[in-house]
Amino acid sequence: MLSRTADHLFWMARYVERAENTARMLDVNVTTSLLPISGEASERGWRAMLGISELEPSFDARHAALTGRDVIDFMVRDPDNRSSIYCCLQAARENARAVRGALTTEAWETHNDTWLQLQQHLKGQLLERDPHEFFEWVKFRSHLSRGVTIGTMLRDEALCFIRLGTFLERADNTARILDVKFHGVAPTNGARRAVRETTEEPYLDFYYWAAVLRSVSAFEIYRKVYRDVVTPARVAELLVLRGDLPRSMLASITEVCTNLEQVRNQQSDETLRRAGLLCAELQYGRIDDILDTGLHVFLTSFLLRVNDLGRRISQDFLVP
Amino acid sequence: MPNASFNEMYAAEGHVRAHYREFDSWLSRQSDDLMRLKRAEADLVFRRVGITFAVYGESAGTERLIPFDVVPRIIPAPEWRQLEAGLRQRVKALNLFLRDVYHEGEIVRAGRIPAEPVFGNSQYRPQMKGVDVPGHIYAHIAGVDIVRADGGGYYVLEDNLRVPSGVSYMLENRRMMMRLFPDLFACNRVAPVEHYPDLLLENLRSVAPVGVDDPTVVLLTPGMYNSAYFEHAFLAQQMGIELVEGKDLFVQDAGVYMRTTRGPMRVDVIYRRIDDDFLDPKVFRSDSALGVTGLLDVYRAGRVTLANAIGTGVADDKSIYPYVPDMIEFYLGEKPLLANVPTYKCRNRDELGYTLENLAQLVVKEVHNAGGYGMLIGPCATRAELDDFRGRLKSNPDNYIAQPTLALSTCPTYVESGLAPRHIDLRPFVLSGQDISMVPGGLTRVALREGSLVVNSSQGGGTKDTWVAG
Repeated sequence: MLSRTADHLFWMARYVERAENTARMLDVNVTTSLLPISGEASERGWRAMLGISELEPSFDARHAALTGRDVIDFMVRDPDNRSSIYCCLQAARENARAVRGALTTEAWETHNDTWLQLQQHLKGQLLERDPHEFFEWVKFRSHLSRGVTIGTMLRDEALCFIRLGTFLERADNTARILDVKFHGVAPTNGARRAVRETTEEPYLDFYYWAAVLRSVSAFEIYRKVYRDVVTPARVAELLVLRGDLPRSMLASITEVCTNLEQVRNQQSDETLRRAGLLCAELQYGRIDDILDTGLHVFLTSFLLRVNDLGRRISQDFLVP
Repeated sequence: MPNASFNEMYAAEGHVRAHYREFDSWLSRQSDDLMRLKRAEADLVFRRVGITFAVYGESAGTERLIPFDVVPRIIPAPEWRQLEAGLRQRVKALNLFLRDVYHEGEIVRAGRIPAEPVFGNSQYRPQMKGVDVPGHIYAHIAGVDIVRADGGGYYVLEDNLRVPSGVSYMLENRRMMMRLFPDLFACNRVAPVEHYPDLLLENLRSVAPVGVDDPTVVLLTPGMYNSAYFEHAFLAQQMGIELVEGKDLFVQDAGVYMRTTRGPMRVDVIYRRIDDDFLDPKVFRSDSALGVTGLLDVYRAGRVTLANAIGTGVADDKSIYPYVPDMIEFYLGEKPLLANVPTYKCRNRDELGYTLENLAQLVVKEVHNAGGYGMLIGPCATRAELDDFRGRLKSNPDNYIAQPTLALSTCPTYVESGLAPRHIDLRPFVLSGQDISMVPGGLTRVALREGSLVVNSSQGGGTKDTWVAG
């Protein structure tokens, strides 16, 4: 297929996935901000939200103070914030439009309709009235676009590049969600402490980790898998190493490998090798070892490697 | 303003023409509310499907719907058969003309057409001199604009032989009508048009370079901000071919290739929706970012086919239009089956004189323009506009032709106040390859403003489904 077409499809899928994950993170933060926590803790939460997307500087450049309302607006509807849900869904739709012929009619109409509905929702103040409802809507539009894609598209290269985009972005986003605890806290707290030790308000810690689980639709799954109380180490294990959790890092990288394998060409061997190596490390890794090196260190290196894969995929296939 | 327009539906007040009777009785059974709902539904669907076009001069990315009217334009089948025969004849002659002017130029030597408007035409491409194209076909896709005037006769207004557009609206309008009013199609025998993409693909494959058995066909678009982008994407998808931009193609070893995820892939036929000027920055406009460097060399060597060919603009230019009936007689030895609108060539002194004297009754058109730009409609013009054009005509008469203001036929159309007659035209699409093929009908455009004769979508025109029925 045309490299440019593959590029548009890849980014279309990435942007939808990014919008979904942003909605998930915001939703969780809105919920946790309702807990009886100090103003300072609440602000920390919102700051962390910006931190995981590396958006603090551009937010601060335009806002004197930081409130939850401002962060939500910035992350949802700000047309100047390229990571906002607004911009992501617009970019997804523009990418889809550029290659609408390579999509099934249903798939294209889903992206187009999402974009049209988004504008209605923002005009109709849905976000102000019921933020949870709005974030659910974003999630479900993403579910729908994935479902329509898988349910209608030919199993060919085009689908592989869409899937590559989805899972590369998801691997990145899940790692960032898990890493959020390390944003907005003083660096002296250290990586290990954040995961292994409880804070002064243990029950709040539970809510925090429960929220992380919920943000990746994994709260009930956690109970099913561990049949035990929520501990940070297990949350990390579930999100990093469990191949059967659909939003885990391992599950995402496995899909990246599968799809890369199917589109391989003469120059992609090294990319495939790196993806395979990363996958194997997750597959055979142990959470204790990861926590010993430090979760934050581990996640930081993981994000760099995902970024490297993205760059290499571009080079090998999309912008040769 | 001439007021004796031919009404497609009514022969006289309250008297419905035979081919509209079924429709009329159906319409009388529909409530106003239902029709309003259906019109709203059509708008919604067009928007969701993304059948929109960009308007030049508005900010990038602005998308508009082309208004769709639910009252079909119906052409009786026998009438269509005559139109079709006339169109085939006309396009055949135009292709012979193009071959001739890029080779021997016999029609000029025989004195049937003066040399200047041909060889001095800015649309004449000297690069095409002596180049043989597969099957000697230049205008593979022609969109011929036809109008029906006051007496009920059909006239050709314009031959569009460069990159005519609109066929996707023809197809989508039909799909929409069948979706909104399936019962209408049960009681009217409407000739189908949905196989157009099939005919087009077959046509494009039939003109592949010699020796290529299984050609790779692509559609070359200027990109998603072009006003006709929807159509490009739609046709590529319907034909199952790649939709490429200039940057996806490159020339190597005397061949055209596209960049794919598995390396370079040879391209044999390019259905290009980019004007000549932008095709190859090495030869034409050097600032073009839309084209492919070196394309013309490969093309001239016969190693890739362009559809339409380069240089077809010389045959559909308004300065050549008055000579099309001569072409038909010269090349085919036949009488033209379709009439031209009487045209005054302002390059001739007496025709210029007539034009100046009767300016307020005439339509004046600039010869190298398309899309309804740069034209004067005498009966609608202000005194200042008339004076302005008089000046322009005198200082550069070669640049203009004039025609009587035709009272274009009207068709009932939904407007704010309800149903009202509005002027329409017709653009059938003629495909030339190994054979000539067409689907029955074409695109009907309608001028939505009362009294307006300008049907172009860029100037507020709408469209209708076109039925060949009976």
